[in-house]
Amino acid sequence: MIPSLSPNPIDDVRRLFTYPFMVNALAAGTIVAILAGVVGWYVVLRRQAFASHTLSVMAFPGAAGAALAGLPTALGYYVACTAAALAIGRAGRSPGAAAGRRGQVGESAVIGTVQTVGLAAGFLFLSLNHSVLGGPETLLFGTFLGITSGQVLVLLAVALAALVALTALARPLLFSSIDPEVARAGGVPVARLDALFLIVLGLAIAATSQLTGALLVFALLIAPPAAAHQITLRPLAGLLLSVALALLTIWLALAIAYYSIYPVGFYVTTIGFVLYVLARAAGRIRRR
Amino acid sequence: MFAHEFVRNAWLAGTFIALACGTIGWFVVLRAQVFAGDALSHVAFVGAIAAAAAGVDERIGLFTLTLALAIGMGALGHRARADDVTIGISFAWILGIGALLLAVLATSAAGASGITTANTLFGSIYSLSASDALLAAAIALAATAGILAATRPLLLSSLDPELATVRGIPVRALGLAFLAALAIIAAESTRAVGALLLLGLIAAPGGAAAVLTARPYLGVALSASIAVGAMWGGLALSYAIASLPASTAVIGLAACAYAGAGIWSRLARRRPHDTLLSAGESG
Repeated sequence: MIPSLSPNPIDDVRRLFTYPFMVNALAAGTIVAILAGVVGWYVVLRRQAFASHTLSVMAFPGAAGAALAGLPTALGYYVACTAAALAIGRAGRSPGAAAGRRGQVGESAVIGTVQTVGLAAGFLFLSLNHSVLGGPETLLFGTFLGITSGQVLVLLAVALAALVALTALARPLLFSSIDPEVARAGGVPVARLDALFLIVLGLAIAATSQLTGALLVFALLIAPPAAAHQITLRPLAGLLLSVALALLTIWLALAIAYYSIYPVGFYVTTIGFVLYVLARAAGRIRRR
Repeated sequence: MFAHEFVRNAWLAGTFIALACGTIGWFVVLRAQVFAGDALSHVAFVGAIAAAAAGVDERIGLFTLTLALAIGMGALGHRARADDVTIGISFAWILGIGALLLAVLATSAAGASGITTANTLFGSIYSLSASDALLAAAIALAATAGILAATRPLLLSSLDPELATVRGIPVRALGLAFLAALAIIAAESTRAVGALLLLGLIAAPGGAAAVLTARPYLGVALSASIAVGAMWGGLALSYAIASLPASTAVIGLAACAYAGAGIWSRLARRRPHDTLLSAGESG
């Protein structure tokens, strides 16, 4: 049954909180949005959209593999995303923002290969074990219905760990993202930072994809931060704006999805896309 | 093995699709447009879903949407190369629309949509009919021929756009045409290899060839042969092992070739060795 809108908007908002599953979804969404807003801001700064897309897709083999091995799905997400982050970090050598064109030639081929190998493995797991998962759609496009309070607690712990790590790394990471050459000359361990950031990114994506699905994490991770980058170049303001936009995206998407029969992933991507287009337009007008 | 018609069809379509993917893959890796190829191949899936929702032939949806995205990316980007955030956001949105269409399909025509989805996402090369296979081979061959015909200007405009412009090569139009060729190959290969796995057949052989040699013609030939080899090996393996899906086997072999190329070139680089990637690895 689909709940219908009443004429009273305050009442509609209150009704969102009547079911425990909705409260869990909103709590998980809030945690995920804060995490994605912060991590995504660095992703956009470092031009690592492709790497983060690849890591987000890893959720699929992770979940399929965990189901095959009889382990909890969430564990599969975290293991697969971290493993892929390590693989990209090891093989990609210099994934810094300002890596030369020749560096990127090798890197993007590595990322693409890691991505398809992961997906192919996921497909293999799925076809070995078709009865349990039903179909790939939920894994790829997500659902917010089945989130338990235990999952919310795990999410909170992972998000806190990732945010603490990012806060500790914030200044050297910013430096090495903007100008890796100078940072290296100044004694910042750029290569180690790159690898660490990829691992944090993997954790953040594993957390997010449980809500939005493997293919659409990306919308939450890229669209709000990219919109923030269009509006301001100041790091702290940009980070806060990015988190605010991510929160707006996920809250709106969850509220609309509650009152409709269509998947939350569609609303997340659409709102993210609209925000980015608006921010681009605003940035262009302001620059005149 | 070749006594069955579906196996013959799979080998026919697979060989030429792999040839096209391997050929264009070398240029995709050279131009660092793997992410664009990724976006095109994922969007192909949405095209197939949209065609199913509209009740038209799958191929119409595949080709329309991939070509539209190719032209859009080319138009938005500098020198017909879109930057990765633009690619990421637009294709995430298209995937979101795909999720919506999937839900629309599931609620309206209950039934076989799940199988179609799995087939479009991961490919089912053994379900191609004889005419499908012939058409796929013809399109792939035409795309390969087009790229080979444009090799020299494409090479120059990829490596040195300024010089190419001075020499009178239409760099922007060539970039657009390249993306369009990539879109056509992506749309056609989706039916065989699958929207999610296609990228492996483009990126892995191209990457392997780029690691092994810096010479362009040798690189293209190497990339195409690795792709075809992976396709043949994968088809044979999946025929021998029933539980192994064909696309998984193909991608697995292509990735092994890439990893092997990386290890081989590291071992061979005891003496200074000039490859496309050696400059990037010194940092």
